[in-house]
Amino acid sequence: MDWVNALAQGALLGGFYALLAAGLSLMFGVMRIVNLAHGLLAVAGAYVGVVVVEDAGLPLWVALVVAPLVLAGFGYLLQRGFLNRAVDLGGLVPVLVTFGVAVILTNLLQEWFTADSQSLRSGSFGTASVQLADGLSIGLLPAVTGLAGVLVVAALQWFLARTRSGRAMRAASDDPEVARLMGINEKHVYALATAIALATVGLAGVFLGMRTQFTPGYGDLVLIFAFEAVIIGGLGSLWGTLLGGLVLGVTQSLGSQIDPAYGFLIGHLVFLAVLAVRPAGLLPKVAVA
Amino acid sequence: MSAHLEVNGLSKSFGSVVVADGLSFSVAPGEALGIVGPNGAGKSTLLSMITGVLAPDAGEVVLDGHDLTRSSAASRTKRGVARSFQVPRPFTDMTVFENVYAGAAFGGGLRGQAGYDAARSALERTGLIHLSNELAGSLRLLDRKRLELARALATGPRLLLLDEIAGGLSDSELPPLIELIAALKAEGITIVWIEHIVHALTAVTDRLLCLAGGHVLADGPAEEVLAHPDVVEVYLGSTVEMEEAS
Repeated sequence: MDWVNALAQGALLGGFYALLAAGLSLMFGVMRIVNLAHGLLAVAGAYVGVVVVEDAGLPLWVALVVAPLVLAGFGYLLQRGFLNRAVDLGGLVPVLVTFGVAVILTNLLQEWFTADSQSLRSGSFGTASVQLADGLSIGLLPAVTGLAGVLVVAALQWFLARTRSGRAMRAASDDPEVARLMGINEKHVYALATAIALATVGLAGVFLGMRTQFTPGYGDLVLIFAFEAVIIGGLGSLWGTLLGGLVLGVTQSLGSQIDPAYGFLIGHLVFLAVLAVRPAGLLPKVAVA
Repeated sequence: MSAHLEVNGLSKSFGSVVVADGLSFSVAPGEALGIVGPNGAGKSTLLSMITGVLAPDAGEVVLDGHDLTRSSAASRTKRGVARSFQVPRPFTDMTVFENVYAGAAFGGGLRGQAGYDAARSALERTGLIHLSNELAGSLRLLDRKRLELARALATGPRLLLLDEIAGGLSDSELPPLIELIAALKAEGITIVWIEHIVHALTAVTDRLLCLAGGHVLADGPAEEVLAHPDVVEVYLGSTVEMEEAS
């Protein structure tokens, strides 16, 4: 039963990783931007939660609404102001810009919130759990987080496939020049994509803040897990990112079952094994050059 | 009648390669202009400058008296400029329908049902309706060429720029295409058509323009342009099918 429990916890953790990684996957899929500030932006989302919940004393659900909105606004301006120009310059420029954003934002967060670790008090929501069987209990917070990951990936997939803006994103992703000739303002479309990506990051950040202690430096770890989920699943594929998150979550959880110290290690090893055997990922969308 | 499209002194160089050197010509509303010229004459580059994806070094592009030289490609599409590419460039991961719908929805500014209807009509006219749900990346060459045209039509163009749309098509595939382009002209759409297959051009166009080395060599009625000594000179020994013009 311990193993079943580990499997269930791992699957929920995987949903959380997919939530953390969805925005990274979307930005890469639409604009081929590798966003090195991704992890830090999740942490920034957690700090928005701190301001809303700890400083303003508002309920948690307000943070779950406000953090995505704040991050989305930031994402739109970031894309219009900097990243669109960086994409035009091509090559490594967008990566370097996101790296610069990460450095600046880390320092700003340290300035405003200190480097002490903090967390979001989630009260009974964070501790409640349901006993499903002897030795198998599911926490409410992990369940909601994992479900949010699945819902966000499904919603993004639906958005890209079915909506007007989603189609514009796919067109601009496929051939930006032809997209312009179809009357698509790709600068706006890209900014919209980044806004949506960062909204999901903001949501993930608030959940992150409820689940764990964080500092401004915590973004590095988030970035690594998000990258692993995206790469295991296959670049540019959102369902792949969900699958990658699940693989990562389950292997980490099962690894911890063997020995608590092995969880992260085994997750990384599985990531390396996927890279070695299927470098394009489990559900590849774009060919890896 | 004032010109629909005016190109004034358009110049463009890539390094030391001059692809347009003070190009000037104009096209009247509803007129069909054919453009011929050897490979590397700057024909496709000219279309890229008219559509706005490539900025000229000098000169201007004027549509209905409005200087569009600084306008974005997307805004020119909304003003009724559309083109097809010589080497088709479909959105490969989208269906044929979605490709054409993009033209109607964004270029034509049509929402909801109106966008679907415009896309459907463009697909029917180009004979692609039965392939609507196929991925555009899976189409064969003829259908990709048709898709180029369907997508351009869906934007609701008033100025249609065709880049070797007939190239690579067989003798049996050509007549329906010529018929369709003639029908578009009859509806009042202004056409600028680059083509090596001269008999296809002369079947539809009112006027020919020959480009070489970024210059206008000759501009006028087809028979005059084709008999022009400079044009004959440029084409001697080239691969263009001049004999078909007779």
